Amino acid sequence: MARHDFRNILEPILDRNPITLQILGICSVLAVTTSLATSLTMSAALTFTAATSSLLVSILRNHIPPSIRLVIQLTIIASLVIVIDQLLRAYAWGISQRLSIFVGLIITNCIVLGRAEGFAMRNPPLPAFLDGLGNGLGYSLILLVIGTIRELLGTGRLLGYAVLRTVDTGGWFQPLGLMLLAPSAFFIIALLIWALRTWKPEQVEEPEFRLRTTEGRKSA
Amino acid sequence: MADLNPLSWWRRFWAQPNDSRAKTFAVAFLVAAVSAAAVTLTAVSLKPLQTANAERERSERMAEMLASVPGLNDILGDVDASSVETRIVDLASGTYAEDVDPATFDATAVAADPERSNALAPEADIAGIGRRPNLAPVHLVRRDGELLLVVLPVYGTGYQSTIRAYLALESDLNTIAAISIYEHGETPGLGSRITDPAWQAQWAGKRVADETGEIRIAVVRGAAGEFEVDGVTGATRSSNGVSNLVRFWLGENGFGPFLANLRDGKV
Repeated sequence: MARHDFRNILEPILDRNPITLQILGICSVLAVTTSLATSLTMSAALTFTAATSSLLVSILRNHIPPSIRLVIQLTIIASLVIVIDQLLRAYAWGISQRLSIFVGLIITNCIVLGRAEGFAMRNPPLPAFLDGLGNGLGYSLILLVIGTIRELLGTGRLLGYAVLRTVDTGGWFQPLGLMLLAPSAFFIIALLIWALRTWKPEQVEEPEFRLRTTEGRKSA
Repeated sequence: MADLNPLSWWRRFWAQPNDSRAKTFAVAFLVAAVSAAAVTLTAVSLKPLQTANAERERSERMAEMLASVPGLNDILGDVDASSVETRIVDLASGTYAEDVDPATFDATAVAADPERSNALAPEADIAGIGRRPNLAPVHLVRRDGELLLVVLPVYGTGYQSTIRAYLALESDLNTIAAISIYEHGETPGLGSRITDPAWQAQWAGKRVADETGEIRIAVVRGAAGEFEVDGVTGATRSSNGVSNLVRFWLGENGFGPFLANLRDGKV
């Protein structure tokens, strides 16, 4: 594997992370990160879908008619998602009930379609596959961090095992109910973005609008 | 002279420009066909496993509901499978169908079979089920020969899906002991709150019919009295669905004749 292929995997994990840099796929992050187990399942499902759909779209890219390219991409993504959903229902019933509609909603996840349309349509299969994999892993990383924080602080447990002894069971830890509600995911994402952009200032966006100064008004 | 060799025809076909109409149609069709085949194959091959999972969920809910009936544990000690007896009831006559083996009885197949179910008139079909099966299972919980609970499997249409539940009646056959919804596809977060234990707990102790035998139990807004259950806020049609299916299955087209026979000691 050539060096630049590795870059396709590594870059989307921190430098071009789909969640913290492009702010994509937030909806599912809010919904599934209440516990680490659902975050893990969702991460695996999304990573598989992103990698496989990028691969398939890239293989077909020279024969996809431009007028129906989005339909074709969505058909491929939707089929993969249905297959995953069926597999989860067969082999991980409990988790599939907890994820409810969010596995199905991977179809509309902007990360998957964005990589198919933005990268796989113009690149050969191997880089496209690695790019899909990298973006899936980037999404997974954020999901796992948020899932860990929310489950640990919200219930005092991780993957269902008691880590911090809660007040109810005679310990000292008072669970933070807010962590189990959707707003807490927003706060954690915001803090992560802040931390990441402080570490890597090149990710800070140019402000779209600047306050006009008196000088600016004169020249305008 | 046209070239009839399929291989070269195939090659020329793929060499067409991508925006040609024929290729657009062909690619769309091929992608759709392959996707459909993949989806169908997984769905069909995994169906048995999924059904087994749903079945396990159902029996867990049944055990859960029996355990949640207030005071049942005190009366029964532990509810074990041996104290639950399953019988098949002929709904029209309200008697046991002795020739049907409960172990192999498939309620969903009967409900879909035109020979073993009857189409309901629209005004009688308050639960929105379309066809009513001729036979249905009931579960009787006894201790020392005395009837403690009758558990009825019930179903009906909610807002956007079929709601399936177990309804447990106390031995007077007019008091609800518990309801447990084990399958539905209502809107997550709104209609799905009908599975909320706190909401289902409201049903316990409610009475079904008044002295004249008229079925009074219903879900209403701002419930008061022994016949009324409060609806779920923001899920009126899901709550009404549950209300309707309870009223239907306890009524004359549902288990009504059987419950009347059971009350009179005829079965």
